Amino acid sequence: MSKDLVLGAVAYDAKVVPIWEGFRAWFTARGLPFDFVLYSNYERQVEAHLRGDVDVAWNSPLAWIHTERAAKAAGRKAEAIAMRDTDRDLTSVVLVRADGPIRQVTDLRGKRIGVGAKDSPQATLIPLRVLADANVTGSIVYHDVLVGKHGDHVGGERDAVKALLAGTVDAACIIDGNHVAFVREGLLSSNAVRVVQQTPPYDHCNFTILDGGPPSIGQFRELLLGMSYDDAVVRPLLDMEGLKKWLPGRTTGYALLERAV
Amino acid sequence: MLDLLDLGLHEGAHLLIERALSREPTIVVGGTSSTLAVDLPPWARARGHRIERADAMTFILHRSTTTRWHGAERAGNPAEPQNHAPLRWGLAARGALVEAGAPAFDLPLADKREVWADEAAKLYAQAAATQWDPATAIPWDAPIEHPPEVEDAIVQLMTYLIENETAALLVPTRFLGRLHPHFREVMQLLAIQAADEARHIEVFTRRARLRRDLLGLSTAGGQASLATLFDEPDFAIASFLLSVLGEGSFLSLLWFIRDHAPDACTRQVAKLAAQDEARHVAFGLAHLARHTGEDPTLRERLAAAIERRHAALAHTAGLNAEVFDALILLAAGGWEPADLRRGHAAVVALGRAMDDGRRQRLARLGFDAERSAQLSALHTRNFM
Repeated sequence: MSKDLVLGAVAYDAKVVPIWEGFRAWFTARGLPFDFVLYSNYERQVEAHLRGDVDVAWNSPLAWIHTERAAKAAGRKAEAIAMRDTDRDLTSVVLVRADGPIRQVTDLRGKRIGVGAKDSPQATLIPLRVLADANVTGSIVYHDVLVGKHGDHVGGERDAVKALLAGTVDAACIIDGNHVAFVREGLLSSNAVRVVQQTPPYDHCNFTILDGGPPSIGQFRELLLGMSYDDAVVRPLLDMEGLKKWLPGRTTGYALLERAV
Repeated sequence: MLDLLDLGLHEGAHLLIERALSREPTIVVGGTSSTLAVDLPPWARARGHRIERADAMTFILHRSTTTRWHGAERAGNPAEPQNHAPLRWGLAARGALVEAGAPAFDLPLADKREVWADEAAKLYAQAAATQWDPATAIPWDAPIEHPPEVEDAIVQLMTYLIENETAALLVPTRFLGRLHPHFREVMQLLAIQAADEARHIEVFTRRARLRRDLLGLSTAGGQASLATLFDEPDFAIASFLLSVLGEGSFLSLLWFIRDHAPDACTRQVAKLAAQDEARHVAFGLAHLARHTGEDPTLRERLAAAIERRHAALAHTAGLNAEVFDALILLAAGGWEPADLRRGHAAVVALGRAMDDGRRQRLARLGFDAERSAQLSALHTRNFM
């Protein structure tokens, strides 16, 4: 058991269990003894990773930054070894009501800005940084759904949009893909909102390792990058995790978040 | 270039893009929707299409090299079933393209030899076309002028019919839940048979309660006979015992009631039920004739099943005396000795007619005359 490569992940949703059970079986069948530990929040996962409780962590972008900073402070080195194809070049948007008085982003100065959970990179930290860069500040209205999970749960963004429609905030910050998703689920009617700001692109999650990890990390990465959506066994797992293929990790997409925290 | 005009991704523009990508591996997409630059990149990412931005409102899309349809297979031919239906096809329509990795369903009746009859589609179509409405097809208000004891006899017969039709509903339905839907026509036929039986149970119940608050008797022997059907795990044997022998015998019984019942309502109930039962018998015979043709060893298994059932029921009373007497009284129509003599003779003739029918059907399955006669004689005295 001690020879298993141990991965840490945050249980932001019940589907996290079948995802990692499925991957565990898949890795094990390919000769990589593998297990996983679930945490209720990223802060605990980062601490556990630094302590050596897990060998690799499936990290939110904020957890990556926390890990990297803590590692650096301890004279160690963190590395992002892989990420989803869907983790690259995301943007966030600031929505206002199409029938409201806000025409451009500067009109939001001093207004009520609805965001997601306090620790959500995509629905709070990054858009507020970009608004601040445009000299737009106002009263921030958080929609704290599952704090500690870094906005992985969509509930905070959904609540921000509901508040915008109800008129209790003047703007709502969400990740780009949720605009169409919220229209599709009926939360937003077509053309009910206007986009007054789109952030520059940034990257999202990655598999993080620390120096001194076990050699089987190389095998883990190789197997991960070799997973194919054509494989009917892993396809449902990739669908649940929201990707078509794993890509090599890169850290160039975290600069915006670095400036935000 | 694919110009989406002002149609947004939140308004269905993805259909135009997918259509264009199905024709060309790389396309240029532009438009004037105010959220195009917000919505297109995440949409493309989620589908695995690589995207590059050419200018503010123009993008280059490269079709994804992966597809969920890799390894998918056709679930046979829509026109006709194949010999074996893999469990991985699950509930997919016959002929559908089935994604690899779908769950395997527990549908063990998956061999054509076991379940199929070429007549299934035709019998289903006939059944669908001849469904009748109990509310209007039966003269519920027809006069009832026969003696009270004859009415009691009818109530007893209806009670007996309900019990047996319940077996005729539940036994095939238990197999229906195990039948691979690749054999769609058989599935549909068994389903409509169940609907037939549901209707029979309704009209027999309603007829029984026309003049009486209580129903008749249910005997331990009768239920023991039905239990041997209910517990039979083999589809071929259950079909044989239920449809070919049981419902076959019931055809004679229903015709008897149709011909001898004193009131129009009872006559019509029996007539309509018999029409449906004839289809059930036809399907049982058709698929077993096909099955015995392909597997000659089945015939002896069927014969052994009759013998086994006979032995299992040897200690039971068989047909309850009240049903037998009710049939006599129904045919007699009254208490005059001459009427009773005639009624008794008619019931004896009914027994012979049932035996004749069973022997003919056994002959259809390839049993010679002597074996057919021997096996028919072993059939349950409960008729079903």
